[in-house]
Amino acid sequence: MSQILEKRQLSETVFLMRLDAPLIARERKAGQFIILQLCEDYGERIPLTVADADPEAGSITIIFQAVGKTTQQMALMNVGDEIAALVGPLGSPTHIENFGTVVCIGGGIGIAPLHPIAQAMKAAGNKVIIIMGARNKELIILEDEMRAIADELIICTDDGSYGRKCLVTEPLKELCEQSPKPDLAVAIGPPIMMKFCAETTRPYKVPTQVSLNTIMVDGTGMCGGCRVTVGDETKFVCVDGPEFDGHLVDFDNMMNRLNFFKKQEDHACKIGLHGGSKK
Amino acid sequence: MSYISSEKLAEDAKQAWEELTKRTEPLKPKDRMAIPAQEMPSQDPAIRRTNMKEVALGYTPEQAKLEAERCLQCKTAPCIAGCPVGIDIPGFIQAIADDNNQKAIDILKESSLLPAVCGRVCPQETQCQAPCTVGKVLKSVDKAVSIGRLERYVADWERENGLIETPAIKPETGKKVGIIGTGPAGLTVAADLRREGHHVVLFEAFHKPGGVMIYGIPEFRLPKAIVQKEIDVLTKMGCELKPNFVIGRTRKIQSLLDEDGFDALFIGTGAGLPRFMNIEGENLVGVYSANEYLTRANLMRAYEKDHADTPISDSKKVAVFGGGNVAMDAARTAVRLGAKEVHLIYRRTEVEMPARVEEVGHAKEEGVIFHLLENPKRILSDEQGWVRGIECLRYELGEPDDSGRRRPMAIEGSEFEIDLDTVIVAIGNDSNPLIRQTTPGLETNKWGNIVADENGKTSVERIYAGGDIVLGAATVILAMGEGRKAAAAMNEMLANS
Ligand code: FES
Repeated sequence: MSQILEKRQLSETVFLMRLDAPLIARERKAGQFIILQLCEDYGERIPLTVADADPEAGSITIIFQAVGKTTQQMALMNVGDEIAALVGPLGSPTHIENFGTVVCIGGGIGIAPLHPIAQAMKAAGNKVIIIMGARNKELIILEDEMRAIADELIICTDDGSYGRKCLVTEPLKELCEQSPKPDLAVAIGPPIMMKFCAETTRPYKVPTQVSLNTIMVDGTGMCGGCRVTVGDETKFVCVDGPEFDGHLVDFDNMMNRLNFFKKQEDHACKIGLHGGSKK
Repeated sequence: MSYISSEKLAEDAKQAWEELTKRTEPLKPKDRMAIPAQEMPSQDPAIRRTNMKEVALGYTPEQAKLEAERCLQCKTAPCIAGCPVGIDIPGFIQAIADDNNQKAIDILKESSLLPAVCGRVCPQETQCQAPCTVGKVLKSVDKAVSIGRLERYVADWERENGLIETPAIKPETGKKVGIIGTGPAGLTVAADLRREGHHVVLFEAFHKPGGVMIYGIPEFRLPKAIVQKEIDVLTKMGCELKPNFVIGRTRKIQSLLDEDGFDALFIGTGAGLPRFMNIEGENLVGVYSANEYLTRANLMRAYEKDHADTPISDSKKVAVFGGGNVAMDAARTAVRLGAKEVHLIYRRTEVEMPARVEEVGHAKEEGVIFHLLENPKRILSDEQGWVRGIECLRYELGEPDDSGRRRPMAIEGSEFEIDLDTVIVAIGNDSNPLIRQTTPGLETNKWGNIVADENGKTSVERIYAGGDIVLGAATVILAMGEGRKAAAAMNEMLANS
């Protein structure tokens, strides 16, 4: 059980929550995630990145988009309510060191997990360039927080309502063409965005790390539901990842696997929205 | 084996028992062997295909007494040698025959902590029942005394009559022990340590305790309520349970010992890392590990489609790769979830199948289609990256390999296809690397299993281990046996420190 200590709405469908989780707050490092569940008998287990943690206060911050059954239910919960089950921190922490110049690319809700990584990269002495993209101005989150970290901040929107009107790959390409080119790119966002970021940096041989968010059940390596093809190997995102070499990930297979339960989930969401809780 | 209704079995047993009690002179071995071996009453296959309820219904009192009378009470008791925890089998069976179920359960509990579980899931035909004299004389292990069914009968009798007692606890020692994993090994160690008065904390990664008994073995083979009862006993004894706690992540082993004041730890995390076949198409949509399929269905209750948020495929044509109990569980779960065709594909013959004979029989009765001496070569994809079928090869048996089993060899050019929408890979587990990777100094072997001596002691002081994480994939009873030995060694170590 974990209590909701704070709740903020960041955009129409994006919410921030601070949860009471002293053990996770103490151990968690940038790049790790948690799995939560709203009902121990019938709830689904969903992975969410830890956007921030405060070991003193014993709390962690998660940011989520209300898109599935559980996240939609969470959007309706309030301060004082309890999350039935919360486990973490899971996954391997991001490898942080002084690489030189690091470009951090965040798309949509992916900006949330990118934040702690950008923060840690900065703290390790890197020059940090941040590219943030979303469909429109409304969906750009954590701008102030990111501005505080970035040596350079570039905002892109699909509709041009804020910053440059382009995809994140455009400024990324420009940076790769500069000399010296970045030493590392870290891309987190929708799979299709990460795929094209990896394609953009590939010709320039800029190492590119992506953080994958797949279907998960246990989050400890026990089920293999989270597996992806990386190079010639099968990897489990929950233990071997969530971060992988973007130039080796088979994104098409990963995107297919994300649709594994599309049919059943569409059904669940409809019930969730119009029929209230199924319990 | 054709299906006989439970009513008929009960009726026959009643009559046979009446006959037997009419006799005045004592039974001779010949008479005992003439008593018909008691079949396990079970749900009608046509009906149970559509429900999750337990298949085997348990003996009636007459059946149990008849079966108990079949035991010859051999002085040599070969059955005891076949039991990994050395239960006094003739003793508890005699108690049933004497109508003293309380004595029977007391005898069982001297050696086994989970008789209701073991009576259901142990592979008795290769353990205690294999050397049974009755089976030997009647020339079939199927005709051996059904020790497992009797064990279950007594355990169920105790539970259903509300007679389960919380064991006595010695005075508190002030020592604190952590148990990592709440499967059969962990629960056993917890009970044995708590009885000595130590403070016991159980860590479980999932939101519910019970390990493989909860996430893996389906309701129709081992009802969850039975496992829960065993866990309730532990909490009543004062064991502390911490679910949603992943050792290696939420807290590292070393921190538990150095900072959190644990005097000893037992690692019983099981063999949770599903093996795949490394064939083409294994990451297609529609391919599950048995662990994932069963966890969704059991722990996450996806079979209750109207309640559960966790989805599972609406599969029509399913193939399961493998021949163990887990493969049977997956195949039979698929049947219950509505699959029209379930193919079980195994590259050896039925004789080599590691699954319990009873489960193989049940799977067949439920319509699972067995493909023996066949093995998948690759999984075929449709244009969208979903499973559309598999390509298989036929096999034949060659010379015996290291394991003594005849080595299956592919017959060249024997490829053929099966149309499918779902594939479940059930070829076993490797050991989960999480603890190994986060615990420096903990010695493991080349398969990643933790190295422990015969008392469960690992290479690190105060850390013990047992069950599948040491043995590789084994059985509930072996895990329990290991647990008992480790617990004894831990109790001794704690008493002397
Ligand atoms: S979520 Fe089950 S293995 Fe990764």
